[in-house]
Amino acid sequence: MPTLTLASARSPFRDEFAEELAIRPLHSGDIHASFQFRTVWGVDLLQATDPRFLRYAILPREIVCTENLTPWKKLLPCGSKAGLAVLLKSEKLFHSSYFSQAVHIRPVCQGMHCTVPSWEMRQTLNVVFDLYTSGQGKREWSMFKIKIYVDVTDSPQGELFELSPPTPLLSQAVVLGDRRTYSVYDLTDPGTFGKVRSLNLLVRWKADNGDMLRPLLHGERYVAGFGLQTGEIHTLIYNNHPYRAFPVLLLETVPWYLRLYIHTLTVTSKNRENKPSYIHYQPSKDRLRPHLLEMLVQLPPNSVTEVTVQFERALLKWTEYPPDPNHGFYVGSSVLSALVPSLVAMDTNITQEHPLFSSFFLCKEESSYFMRVYTEPLLVNLPTPDFSMPYNVICLTCTVVAVGYGSFYNLLTRTFQVEEPSQSLAKRLANVIRRWRGVPQL
Amino acid sequence: VSTLSLCFRINRRSGGLFLQTKMAAPLTLLVIVAVTIRAVLFRSSLAELISERVEVVSPLNSWKRVVEGLALLDLGVSPYSGDVFHETPLTIYLYHFVIDYAEIVCMVTDGITAVALYLAVQVYNKNVFRKQKYALEADRYPHDCLELMQTPKELFYVPLKVAMFYLLSPFTILSCVAKSTCGINNAIVALFVLCTIKGSALLSAIFLALATYQSIYPITLFAPALIYLLQRLYIPVNLRRQSFWLFTLQYAFMFVGSLVVIVGLSFFLLGSWDYIPSVYGFILSVPDLTPNIGLFWYFFAEMFEHFRLFFICVFQINVFFYTIPLSIKLKDHPVFLMFMQIAIISIFKSYPTVGDIALYMAFLPVWSHLYRFLRNIFMVSCVLLACSALFPVLWHLWIYAGSANSNFYYAITLLFNVGQVLLVSDYFYAYLRREHHLSHGLYLKKKDGSEATLVLK
Repeated sequence: MPTLTLASARSPFRDEFAEELAIRPLHSGDIHASFQFRTVWGVDLLQATDPRFLRYAILPREIVCTENLTPWKKLLPCGSKAGLAVLLKSEKLFHSSYFSQAVHIRPVCQGMHCTVPSWEMRQTLNVVFDLYTSGQGKREWSMFKIKIYVDVTDSPQGELFELSPPTPLLSQAVVLGDRRTYSVYDLTDPGTFGKVRSLNLLVRWKADNGDMLRPLLHGERYVAGFGLQTGEIHTLIYNNHPYRAFPVLLLETVPWYLRLYIHTLTVTSKNRENKPSYIHYQPSKDRLRPHLLEMLVQLPPNSVTEVTVQFERALLKWTEYPPDPNHGFYVGSSVLSALVPSLVAMDTNITQEHPLFSSFFLCKEESSYFMRVYTEPLLVNLPTPDFSMPYNVICLTCTVVAVGYGSFYNLLTRTFQVEEPSQSLAKRLANVIRRWRGVPQL
Repeated sequence: VSTLSLCFRINRRSGGLFLQTKMAAPLTLLVIVAVTIRAVLFRSSLAELISERVEVVSPLNSWKRVVEGLALLDLGVSPYSGDVFHETPLTIYLYHFVIDYAEIVCMVTDGITAVALYLAVQVYNKNVFRKQKYALEADRYPHDCLELMQTPKELFYVPLKVAMFYLLSPFTILSCVAKSTCGINNAIVALFVLCTIKGSALLSAIFLALATYQSIYPITLFAPALIYLLQRLYIPVNLRRQSFWLFTLQYAFMFVGSLVVIVGLSFFLLGSWDYIPSVYGFILSVPDLTPNIGLFWYFFAEMFEHFRLFFICVFQINVFFYTIPLSIKLKDHPVFLMFMQIAIISIFKSYPTVGDIALYMAFLPVWSHLYRFLRNIFMVSCVLLACSALFPVLWHLWIYAGSANSNFYYAITLLFNVGQVLLVSDYFYAYLRREHHLSHGLYLKKKDGSEATLVLK
C-alpha cells in the first residue's frame, strides 16, 4: 500500500508541537488521510498518577459535525490559522465516507530517568475521502509537487499496480514491525523530472482484487439473536500471523441495560474452547455503572477467536429512553490491546542479508509492537413502553389496586343484613296522597 | 339432626386411623406422577423455553441469575456487587452445594411443599370437624344449617386435593421446570403453615423467620400464626389479658431471635452486609422493570419521576396494610386469614411469578365447601385461564413479532390481577357469608315472612 508523508512541521509554541499528514490510497480507490498533531507540556499537571484515579469513558455514538471540529481545532496552538489545520475545512471533511477524530492525553517522560514529568496531547483526525461518490469513479490516483514515497511492498515487480514513470530508487523501512519497500521520487532532485520538466506520478492498478495485505490483528463485533428479550454479543478476533500465537487483552464495557450473564461467556478458537488466562469482571449497577469485562486471551496462529456472552435486555423507565427509542441504543466498541509479533521477525530470508547470529534472537525488542484495535460499536434495540400512555397506565393500575382495596374494604367494614326493601318513590307519593284523602295506605 | 349426628359419631371412632393409613398410597402415587411429569419436562427441549418465560421467573428467583451469582463467586467477585443477583446468602450457599442436583432439589422442594400442605390440611380438617361436632352436639347451629356442615366424606379427600392442586398445577410445574427458587420459598411457607397448625410455636417462628428472610412479605403471616397458636392454647385475644401479652411476646421473641440468627449467619457467610440493599432494597424499591405478571413493572416504567417514591410507598404499604383489618375481622379463623394473606402477598408483591399463585391456589380445595356462596367463580376462572393462555401469545407479539406493543401485555396483566382480586375477594365473601348463615340460619325470612336476600351494609 503506497504511503507518503506530505509535511512535517515543528513550532516552538508552548513546549513542543509537531504535526504530520499521512496519505494512503486504498484498494477501493478511496484515499485515507491521517492528520496527527502532538503537543507536549513540560509541566506536571497532576501531582500523582494514581491508578485508582484511572478512568475509562466511551461515547459510542456522536453525530460529528462542525461543532465537534471547531473546539478540537482550538486545542491546536495556532487554531486553524496555520499549519496543517488550514486544510481542515469542514465542508470537505464531512463529505467523507469515514471520519474519526480523537484526543489523547497522557503523561510522558522527558529525560533519561524520567525526572521531568510532562504531558502529551495527541490529536488525530482520520478521513477516508470517497472518490466514487465525489464523481471521479476512478481508482487511478496521481499527485505531484512534492517528494513522494510509494509503498510497493505488495507488488515489487509491478504485478498489482504499476507506477509511472518508473523510478530506480528503492528504500526500505520498518513500519509497525512490517518490512516495507518504497519507491522514492525525490522532487528535490531535478533528474526525477526528466526532459519534460514535470512529473505526473501515476498509480495504475492492474488486478481488480489484489491480495490485500491484511493486518495481523483485527476484530469484529456483532449482536446475535432475535426478539427483544435476550441476545448474544459476538466478538471475533483475527490473528493473521502464520505461525505465532500472541495474547490479546480484550476490554468490554457494556451498559447496564444489557444485563450480561458472565457464566455464559465462551471463548473458542479453531472450534476448541480457549480458556482466558485472566478475567476481570465488574458487574453493573442499575443506572450507576456499566459492566466491565477485561480478559487476556491467547490467540492461536492464523485463527479466528470468537468471544460470546449472552445478555438480557432491560425495560427502562419511559424517561430514560432517547428521543428516538426504536432506533436502538449504542454500545461502545470493545478494545483489543496486544503486542503483535512483527512480520520482520518472521521473515526467514533474513539470514541472507544479515549476520547469522541475528536470527538466533527472534525475540528482539522490535520483534513485537503494541497495537490497539477498536471494534465497531453495536446498535441494540430494547423493548419500549408506550410513551403516550403514562396517564392511562397510572389510572388503570390504580384502578386495579382500588378494585382490590375496595372489595376488601367492603367485606371488612360491612356486615350481612337482611335486605328490607325501601318503598319506591311512586308508592310513597301515593301514600301521601292517600293519607291526605283519608284512604287506607297501600 | 339425629341421623346426621349419629353418622358423625360413627365416623369419629374410625376417622383418625382411617385418615392416616388409607391416604398414604394415593399421595405416593400423586408424588410419583408429579415427579414423572417434571422429569420428562426437564429432559425435553421445553425446559429452556420455560426457564426464560417472564411469567415463570422474575429477577428475584430466576435460575439463570443463581448460576450467575455462583459464577461471580467463582470469579472472586461478590455476587451482590452487581445488580443481577438478588438471592439471599443462604440460598446461594445451599445451591453452592447442590448446583449439580438442581433439578432434584426443585422436585424435592415441590414434594416437601405438597406433603407439608397435605399434612397441615389434614390436621386442620380434623380440628374443623371436631369443632363442628361439638357445636352440633351443643346445638349451637340453627336447624336449617345442616346442609352447610362439612361431612367426613367431603373432608376425607381435601388434603389429597390440596396436594394435587399444588403438585399438578401447571403453574407449579412451570415454576419447577424453570428451576425457579420460588419453589424453596413456597416450601418454607408450607412448612411454616404445617408447624403452625401442628401447634409448634418454635418451629413456626423459625420457618416464619426464614420465609421473611427470603422475601420480606411473609412477615404479615405473623398475625395469623399468632392468632392460631393463641386459639390452640385457649388464650383469648384480649389486649387486657396478661396471658395474651405473655404468649405474644414469647412468639415475637422466637421470631425475632431466629431472624437475627439467620441474618447474622448470612453476614458471617459473606462477611458483609451487601446483601441487605441487594435483596431487600431490590424488593422494596423495584428498580428492575422486567415485565412480569404483577402490577409494578409497567406502572413504574411509566411513572413520573417525582411521584415515584410516593407510589412505591403506596404500593408496598398496600401489601402489608390488609393485615390488621383482616386479623380483626378473621380473628376466629386464623387459617383462612393465612390463606388471605398468602393470596394478597402473591397478588400485590413487587415481583410475582406463577409459582406464588400456585401456592395460594393450592388452598382452594380447603374452601370447597364455600362453593355455593361464590358469586362469580365461573367468570373468574375463565378470566384466569384466558389470561394464562394470552400471556405467551401477547409476549410473542410484542417482543418477537413486533406487531403489538407493551400495552397488549400490560392489559393482560391487569386483567389477570383483576381476576385474582375477584377470586380472593369472592372466597372472602363466601367465607363471611357462610359464617353469617351458621349463626343466623340458612333460609332467612323478612319481617313479613317472605324470603329475604342478604346484603352487605
